[in-house]
Amino acid sequence: MTPPLFSYAIRHGDDRLVLGHRLSEWCGHGPILEEDIAMANIALDLLGQATMFLKLAGRVEGQGRDEDALAYWRDEREFRNLELVELPRGDFGFTMVRQLLFSAFAYHHLEALARSSHLELAGIAAKAHKESRYHLRHAAEWVQRLGDGTAESHERTQKALDQLWPWTGELFFQDDADRALAAEGVAPDLESLRAPWEGMMKEQLARATLAIPAAPMRMTGGRIGRHTEHLGHMLAEMQIVARSHPGAKW
Amino acid sequence: MVGGPAEWRWSGAADGPDVAVSGSRGKDALLVLEEVKDPEVPVLSVVELGIVRGVEADADRVAVTITPTYSGCPAMKTIEDDVRGALGRAGFESIEIRTVYSPAWTTDWIPEPAREKLRAYGIAPPGAAAAGEPVPLGRTVRAVKCPYCISPDTALQSEFGSTACKSLYVCRSCKLPFEHFKSF
Repeated sequence: MTPPLFSYAIRHGDDRLVLGHRLSEWCGHGPILEEDIAMANIALDLLGQATMFLKLAGRVEGQGRDEDALAYWRDEREFRNLELVELPRGDFGFTMVRQLLFSAFAYHHLEALARSSHLELAGIAAKAHKESRYHLRHAAEWVQRLGDGTAESHERTQKALDQLWPWTGELFFQDDADRALAAEGVAPDLESLRAPWEGMMKEQLARATLAIPAAPMRMTGGRIGRHTEHLGHMLAEMQIVARSHPGAKW
Repeated sequence: MVGGPAEWRWSGAADGPDVAVSGSRGKDALLVLEEVKDPEVPVLSVVELGIVRGVEADADRVAVTITPTYSGCPAMKTIEDDVRGALGRAGFESIEIRTVYSPAWTTDWIPEPAREKLRAYGIAPPGAAAAGEPVPLGRTVRAVKCPYCISPDTALQSEFGSTACKSLYVCRSCKLPFEHFKSF
């Protein structure tokens, strides 16, 4: 049986690996230089966080896989990230709305996880939580500026929110592994994060003059390895160099 | 922890960050590390920045515990290599470097004399870290003084600068752009 902690560390590590990669696709394509740099910086933070989670996962598993083996040598069905983070990056508005939805979740999740009875997990969460504060503030500022901006920026940002909102249901997905960890005080009950997350989203989206879609938050699948058609393409690009030159050093 | 509880805490700088130092050559090794500069902020040593958390050294054997500033800091490998090189040149043959994530690095560990060095170098030093407070969303005004003319009339250009630990500002008085070491 897969150890619950392996499953947990893989899920939250994969979120960051995949979202970090999506953000890094903006490198050289940002709308302005400062944002190009900001997105690359946030991508690096996420990659660093992914490294910490995947390293822990590899050790818990005890099969000799390190963070690189887990990032480059697993196939699509073995990834456990949210489908929200694997969707193509879209336009800048789409990227910023997704950053807001995810960063607000990460902010609440990591804050709670920093109180974990598992000291290493708590340490990783405390470190990542500090970074999530900057990510959240950055995204919230942009969503406000775009939503409450010109007619076109408003329309495009609202459209991005309409497309992304249904995928947010998966943020709170839990199975037996999560419940086992929550019972031991290793991880927070994700359901307890729903109200603070929704409260924050209501406030921020209202400030940005955006309407929360009526569509229910229902998409799930990523947490059990069922992904959209987009992840495989992304992984092909992300993994090609490592797989073409196994063990290469530079 | 580096080989159990440290015998004593010491830093060569008058007002340096706490480093757990132990072993008969612990102090020697720390003095060596105080000469290793951060590759991105070459005006500060890795000790002054609070990256070095512990040093344990006896005879020709040394173990150094370091912590990253930001979890994705791309300079960590260079820092490791620089630490290894400096200790090797100082006669240590067995060099072990351990990375820890907890307690999380904070700019509060940067001592006042090091902040003065940052300012002289043209980087506005960090204010107190506010990790425990709720994150302020929406427009926030933070008082960051220009490191060149000390004017408080400055404007944030970007939350993210040339490295994760810095943001970009411009001074409205002397018109110069400058970097601010983010409170973290």
